[in-house]
Amino acid sequence: MDNPQPSNAASETPVIEMERVKIGSLRDPRLTMLEDVNWTVRAGEYWVIAGLQSSGKSDLLSTTAGLIAPQGGTYRLFGHEMPIFEGELLAERLRVGLVFDGGQLFHNLTIAENIALPLRYHKTLSAEEAAKQVNAMLELTELTSWADNTPGSVGRNLKKRAGLARALILQPEVLLLDNPLGGLDLRQVGWWLNFLGQLSAGHAILNGRPSTLVVTAEDLRPWRERGKQFAVLQDKKFIALGNRPDLAAHADPLVKELLAEDLPDI
Amino acid sequence: MNSFWSGVKTPLTLRNKTHTFTFVEKGTASGFDASRLRFLLRAPLPHAYSNYIGRKLIRFLLTIQGLGAFTLITLGVIFTKFRKARAVIFPLIWQELTRSGVKLLPMFLFLSVALGLVVIGQAVSWLTRVNANQYLGTIMVLTVVRELGPLLTAFLVLMRSGTGNVIELGTARALGEVEALEALGIDPIHYLVMPRVIGMAVGVFALTVYFILGSLLSGYLWAFLNDVPIRPGEYFTQLAGALTYMDFVVLAVKSTLFGILISVITCYHGLAQPLRLEEVSPATVRAVAQSVIACVFLDAVFIIIYLAT
Repeated sequence: MDNPQPSNAASETPVIEMERVKIGSLRDPRLTMLEDVNWTVRAGEYWVIAGLQSSGKSDLLSTTAGLIAPQGGTYRLFGHEMPIFEGELLAERLRVGLVFDGGQLFHNLTIAENIALPLRYHKTLSAEEAAKQVNAMLELTELTSWADNTPGSVGRNLKKRAGLARALILQPEVLLLDNPLGGLDLRQVGWWLNFLGQLSAGHAILNGRPSTLVVTAEDLRPWRERGKQFAVLQDKKFIALGNRPDLAAHADPLVKELLAEDLPDI
Repeated sequence: MNSFWSGVKTPLTLRNKTHTFTFVEKGTASGFDASRLRFLLRAPLPHAYSNYIGRKLIRFLLTIQGLGAFTLITLGVIFTKFRKARAVIFPLIWQELTRSGVKLLPMFLFLSVALGLVVIGQAVSWLTRVNANQYLGTIMVLTVVRELGPLLTAFLVLMRSGTGNVIELGTARALGEVEALEALGIDPIHYLVMPRVIGMAVGVFALTVYFILGSLLSGYLWAFLNDVPIRPGEYFTQLAGALTYMDFVVLAVKSTLFGILISVITCYHGLAQPLRLEEVSPATVRAVAQSVIACVFLDAVFIIIYLAT
């Protein structure tokens, strides 16, 4: 399936390029979740990948981020064939940030320490030296009041935001977000959509550079006016849908279901 | 191979795809799974003693394989990344040293006094009958310095800190925190295992020394309270006479190795097995049992060394 045309200049090297990639399961490497994934993401794109539960959304992002190796096919990240994590190429790896569904924060650290950890680890900074950047990130994600709380003492929405702040602290060029709106109330949904929109347009925290976003979702409705490129995962297949007009015009039953246009009677 | 499990530059070529260490070969956060050979344990065989023993043997060999690979990776990380990210890792080493050393000191001093009383209490009553009180110091060295001191210290640290390792790491693994570390470009062995290994090795060694000193002093106290006609100078002369330079060397090596063994085994079971929270408890039980067996086995090796020298 061909990808939709990117919204900006397509001459540069694709950020993510998958050819006939077979995606395994993070929890059980023997399982295959997706087959024959052909997917190209260029800088500045805003992808929304939707699918039902257990359709392989998290596994796709985990493979994209490099947590699991592809079971087959070719996957290039910034032009480097995966895996690219060993030693000298770690810097390339850090150009991608991954935000987990539940935040996946380290429970023995406070929210501020969680956010500071990658910065301190990779730049060998003391807590005091990292404080300025961490405080700016806390303020940006409206977490300042909870900075000294441990993850166990805050709600799901704050864990998700802390996970976002932790991923952003290293200023990645590509941000992968696993089901960011899952389990959030409408106010939080609004905050996330607005914030991701700012990142996509170029946020000051990332020096005004438009971020490349890949988001997974179980419900396409909040994203149909936000995302720029769309895809669904169905029956172990990655199906690129196209841009916003293509999404609206799509007749696939799963797409209609994810857009809640064809909800079954309850 | 991707990820850090396989990215470690150890003396072994762990990145070789044909290598037999399955979990290293997979090179993923969830790849700590020696599952390739586990089908042997599920063979539909009748329940007979020979089959039972065979299954146990295969399981034992798989565990040895996994532990061996994990130990090599850990040592590789310690040697290649010791000074990396010092601002984060060194405080973790101190934290582990506090947990596996300083915080256990009161309990160890109490137990060392109790051990001294027990050993000397038993020895005094028997040595008095045969008029051989001049062997008190020798008995203390043989029982406390060479055997009970290091072994009891290892067991107590296993009980207090080793179990904590399995539970902490197992929970972190089950909750996806290990994957989060990898996603952030942080080597989980470097961040989670190395501080525990170094901290526990130093902690066990230091606690063994304190434990032995406490036992020797309380031993004399008990002898004094029982009107054993032995002066402090005489007692310590006996101790010094019974100690050889080999005792100091072996004590240092043995107690440090106990610390390394316990930390590696507990970290392995914390990181390697539990993919779900309900698997943390069985992993803890396995780690404790294997740590005890490994320590006793190592102790037996040192007894052979003593007897040979």
